[in-house]
Amino acid sequence: MTFDYEKYIRPGKLPHIWCPGCGHGIVMKGLIRAIDKCGLQKNRTAIVSGIGCASRLPGYVDFNTVHTAHGRAAAFATGMKMADPDMTVICTGGDGDGVAIGGNHFIHACRRNIDLTYVIMNNHIYGMTGGQFSPCTPTDAFASTTPYGNPDPIFDISKLAIGAGATFVARTTAYHATQIDKLITEGIKHKGMAVIEVLDCCPTSYGRRNKFRSVVEMMKQHKDIAVPVTAAAKMSEEQLAGKILTGVLHKENKPEYCEQYAKLINKVQNPTSK
Amino acid sequence: MAKKSALLQGNEACAHGAIYAGCTFFGGYPITPSSEIAEVMSKLLPKVGGKFIQMEDEIGAMAAIIGASLCGHKVLDATSGPGMSLKQELMGYACIAEVPCVIVNVMRGGPSTGMPTGPSQSDVMQAKWGTHGDHAAIAVAPASCQEIFSETVRAFNLAETYRMPVQILVDEIIAHMREKIVFPEPGELEVVSRRKPEVGPDQYKPFDPSFGDVPPLAAMGSDYRFHVTGLNKAPDGFPTTKAELVDAEERRQIRKVNDHAAAIEKNEEYLMDDAEVAIVAFGISSRSARMAVDILRGEGVKAGLFRPITIWPFPEKRVAEIGRQVKAIVVPEMNLGQLIHAVERSTKGSCILDGVGRVDGEPLTPDQIMDKVKEVL
Amino acid sequence: MGTPRIEIIEKYCKGCNICVEFCPKHVLKMDGFVAKVDKPEACIQCMQCELRCPDFAIKVYPA
Repeated sequence: MTFDYEKYIRPGKLPHIWCPGCGHGIVMKGLIRAIDKCGLQKNRTAIVSGIGCASRLPGYVDFNTVHTAHGRAAAFATGMKMADPDMTVICTGGDGDGVAIGGNHFIHACRRNIDLTYVIMNNHIYGMTGGQFSPCTPTDAFASTTPYGNPDPIFDISKLAIGAGATFVARTTAYHATQIDKLITEGIKHKGMAVIEVLDCCPTSYGRRNKFRSVVEMMKQHKDIAVPVTAAAKMSEEQLAGKILTGVLHKENKPEYCEQYAKLINKVQNPTSK
Repeated sequence: MAKKSALLQGNEACAHGAIYAGCTFFGGYPITPSSEIAEVMSKLLPKVGGKFIQMEDEIGAMAAIIGASLCGHKVLDATSGPGMSLKQELMGYACIAEVPCVIVNVMRGGPSTGMPTGPSQSDVMQAKWGTHGDHAAIAVAPASCQEIFSETVRAFNLAETYRMPVQILVDEIIAHMREKIVFPEPGELEVVSRRKPEVGPDQYKPFDPSFGDVPPLAAMGSDYRFHVTGLNKAPDGFPTTKAELVDAEERRQIRKVNDHAAAIEKNEEYLMDDAEVAIVAFGISSRSARMAVDILRGEGVKAGLFRPITIWPFPEKRVAEIGRQVKAIVVPEMNLGQLIHAVERSTKGSCILDGVGRVDGEPLTPDQIMDKVKEVL
Repeated sequence: MGTPRIEIIEKYCKGCNICVEFCPKHVLKMDGFVAKVDKPEACIQCMQCELRCPDFAIKVYPA
């Protein structure tokens, strides 16, 4: 079915600022479809971002939107969710914003298992500042600050989230457009910290420097290396070399932070009740 | 019936003042010598249905209170110099996004870790110019535990009235000193809440200057939804690089404080009417200065005390008048010369001006102040 | 199955070529820096172009 994105886009805000071929628009569409599927009310939904290309997303969508400072989306969102636990709070942003400068807030939001949905667009680069390497730039890859190849190892964002305590962690790519809204929908419905990592393409700052002739080539690579977790279970280590797992990587039920705090208030206010 | 009273530390008094002011959200990170504020808030807030969160660092704490304030809460954060340094980027965010919040800085020496358990008054200029870019600042500096209570309430009122961060500068001595506090009855002290939108959601613009220099702020999650950014923005909240809009926004955000300086300023004067020498001092140093004034008066020296309770905006007009009245002004402060710059800017050389500083972790004594007064006269 | 209507919003299209390359039936082509509908009758309404267009520039109205 034709999807009516205009229902959720602020009038006059398109076209967006993202470069030709940038996958952030694909992710934004997926997020919008997920919000629509969940039937969220605009006034009761907040989208919070940090700084960077991906963090410009909230400006386009018609909800309560907060474009915060670099790396601070999870911390702002934590305050908002604590302040109004019945509001749906969604974070959007990039890899550098989320797990470099914002790494501390990110892992602690995971640890608290606060009911946020964090959609992290991992395009392996700092795009807005001109293509410097991020903690998710592959080793040996080229960036404007790795002219001889990247000496750094990378963060696996999904593993980081699982290790830090997030109770819903999923991964997909910008190529797998329908999976984006499916996973975000599941993340929004999950009670607790949900992290959806979307491998995204930055043809301008990453692709160009790393011998990708076009964004299509980058997306085809994502298509080739993506292996659904269900299929991966039947594959050998050799077969999985160089692949990335997609789908729901981790899901568990644990006490959610705001619910725990509500219980604390109840205990303090009603000391005799058990 | 007698009013309720208690023997409280300054930090405890601050927390009680915040609850009186209607604070329902505290975000913080432990740091000496401010930690008791967080400890008391963690105990008091759940009792009134409020929320306390200890964040992963000082930046996160500042972010959390801004987020909670956008959702309509009155919010508090407390820290000391190193933590205040970390918060500076988001202090700027709260300025440009015009989000009411109150931040306590229990000052210690420095730079860096300095003397964590020692007192200091060395963040005077940081309180004004700590964050980057042009911005207005409001900071209050109480001098007793009772005044910490009432100034905390006033700090919330100022934050809510002017839609911006307000700092409470406390030195470690007052923060940890115990004094008798008489709790004001509800309604005894004025408690102000932010102005709500006067138009419907369709017409609402969060930075609309047609509603004055302090546009009303709706709560996110209510019937109003809007966009907030740290970028320069148009009245509707969306980013702009249009020169005239950026200029108007920047000037309005300075003007909203400057044009109301008289309402924000608060000073105390002691024996100033016939004073020939004025001591300008705040916080703990003003208590030594008051004693110095008494002793000097006993010795026939016409000394007086001018104590700014609001430090920023600095009471330039009144200090300029004092500069024309007296032969000399002495500025005792627990740093090596910060407030004195503001005094100098106000008096413009109209009288002798000298400072007396102390940075060894001990408070200034009345003797040190008197010696300086005698030296300049 | 009839021929669907495929709308390209030219002012939004940035010419990234994603829709053209991933269309399984080669319905679309690039015309300079803007996508154009070339063979609408070949469209199988898989919606992949609409889903993958990063620029909100394609709408497929099924027949």
